Amino acid sequence: MAVVFDRPHALCDCNLHYCPGCTHGIIHRLVAEVIDELGVEGKTVGVAPVGCSVFAYNYFNCDMIEAPHGRAPAVATGVKRACPDDVVFTYQGDGDLAAIGTAETVHAATRGENIVVIFVNNTTYGMTGGQMAPTTLPNQVTQTTPYGRDVNTAGFPIRVCEMLCTLDGVALAQRVAVDTVPHIREAKKAIKKAFQNQIDGKGFSIVEILSTCPTNWGLSPVEALDWLRENMMPYYPLGVYKDSEKGVK
Amino acid sequence: MSERVLMKGNEALAAAAINAGCHHFFGYPITPQTEVAAYMSKMMPKVGGVYLQAESEVAAINMVLGAAAAGKRAMTSSSSPGISLKSEGVSYIAGSDLPCVIINVQRGGPGLGGIQPSQADYWQATKALGHGDYQLLVFAPSTVQEMVDMVTLAFDKADEYRMPAMILADGMLGQMMEPVTLPEPVKELPKKEWAACGHENKRPHNIVNSLYIEPDELERLVDERYERYAHIQETEQRAECIMTEDADIVVVAFGATARIAMSAVRAARQEGIKAGVIRPITLWPFPNDILKETAKTAKAFLTVEMSKGQMVDDVKLAVECAKPVHFFGRTGGVIPQPNEVLEQIRKIAGGIK
Ligand SMILES: Cc1ncc(C[n+]2csc(CCOP(=O)(O)OP(=O)(O)O)c2C)c(N)n1
Ligand code: SF4
Repeated sequence: MAVVFDRPHALCDCNLHYCPGCTHGIIHRLVAEVIDELGVEGKTVGVAPVGCSVFAYNYFNCDMIEAPHGRAPAVATGVKRACPDDVVFTYQGDGDLAAIGTAETVHAATRGENIVVIFVNNTTYGMTGGQMAPTTLPNQVTQTTPYGRDVNTAGFPIRVCEMLCTLDGVALAQRVAVDTVPHIREAKKAIKKAFQNQIDGKGFSIVEILSTCPTNWGLSPVEALDWLRENMMPYYPLGVYKDSEKGVK
Repeated sequence: MSERVLMKGNEALAAAAINAGCHHFFGYPITPQTEVAAYMSKMMPKVGGVYLQAESEVAAINMVLGAAAAGKRAMTSSSSPGISLKSEGVSYIAGSDLPCVIINVQRGGPGLGGIQPSQADYWQATKALGHGDYQLLVFAPSTVQEMVDMVTLAFDKADEYRMPAMILADGMLGQMMEPVTLPEPVKELPKKEWAACGHENKRPHNIVNSLYIEPDELERLVDERYERYAHIQETEQRAECIMTEDADIVVVAFGATARIAMSAVRAARQEGIKAGVIRPITLWPFPNDILKETAKTAKAFLTVEMSKGQMVDDVKLAVECAKPVHFFGRTGGVIPQPNEVLEQIRKIAGGIK
């Protein structure tokens, strides 16, 4: 019998710990497929900081580093500067990338650090049990916004791609989703482009992926996908915000 | 052998680090270590190395983590307030068994403190730079030549034991000019099979990590690290003993303060007081053995520091309270004067007689 669908080599043969219906798993697979297709597993180093994806070091078959919360872009900078021929990517949540690690993110971007950032936006701090994140939507209920996010006291969500696309060092800033098959295809294309950018020496590429957290949203996996489409997509429109080949959107 | 050149402490240290094979430097400006970064920014491009001014000390130490994880000799330098910011990263580096070198050209604290020399980060360096059970190797140079020699030693020992090493200097040493001989550039560096730099499809993937969810596993790993620490405590204690054989009063001082202590001890000897100096060169591991040994013959100890008294606790522990341990210190960037130290020696001598 012919094998028509297999695990990418860059993904280890083990059980992922993600909750049922969590889209972290799809994103892992896409990254691994891209690493396989570009044939770069042997020279890829992944950096996963604290967050639900902290165990990514057990899931990707390439060399892996676990970073402190928010510091992955700085750690990745160290690796890339030490080994410029390596392919270096980070895999970060929204709390990690846009709260505690904002400085590291913005400065890696503005330096045009030649790395790939996979940014998983699920509007919450998944690992610690669903607190408000910098991307939590206005009026969204979380463990620490029990009456809904009040923008007067808790401030507004950060639109990361829109913010970073103003920086000259950014080669690619694109927001994608993994809620439908066409979107998953689109997401993979974006991730592949980001990795190819690095191989071509183009600079900082970030792919923001709208992702679900059924557990902390208190929804079934299917309801979570609907919630993402109804609430996240209007606030975080999908699209290419910057492509150095084409300019800013 | 290289020729002798006149160099500022901070620059000599930077030059020695490059010759020790450190081609990756990540920093953030702060007085009084600025010359280290300035020298690195000038020289790294000439040796094909990396100088990067990070957005903060937090980022700089994490860049060191990345370069060290990739198997390179990496270094960062800062001064007291910046070292506080690095503590998170240093804890992760220690927890990931990564070697690197951190320079602290100390200034007065707490808070923004001042910019004059200080030794008030002794506790931070030897006991509590960051969270968790771990130690750093801590070296305390007292001359510009020692700044040079210790940076090489620090890289070698950090690699040997797979742990971070710190050079605990102070503003005085950093700014001082003295003739030095730089080491020849190293030709071969130790191989690092554990490095995360791409497996080239030749080995299973390497993981650099400090997370262990199972308590038993984490305890086992910390225990293993502590076995290494025990070995280091047995084999790596370093101190210089000056005129201690017949000394009644032994002054214990490290770094630039040891030079002041020496002047005071020489003056005391001229007055007929049998004084000597023990100068700890490694602050961790602390030179317990030599202090314990000296306590058999000395009648009293005087610890002199540029702080309110931090190393003095370790001196008391080392001599097991067998002899009185006195303390004299100036803080806030005030440098103790030899005559002030001499006055203390006289007072103790008066009590002994
Ligand atoms: C310095 C520090 N502060 C706080 C934490 C606790 N912590 C762990 S994960 C996390 C939030 C992760 O959220 P996010 O980055 O959005 O990733 P997700 O878990 O949603 O994938 C926090 C606050 C930590 N590990 N370190
Ligand atoms: S807590 Fe949320 S983000 Fe984390 S694994 Fe579960 S569903 Fe996914």
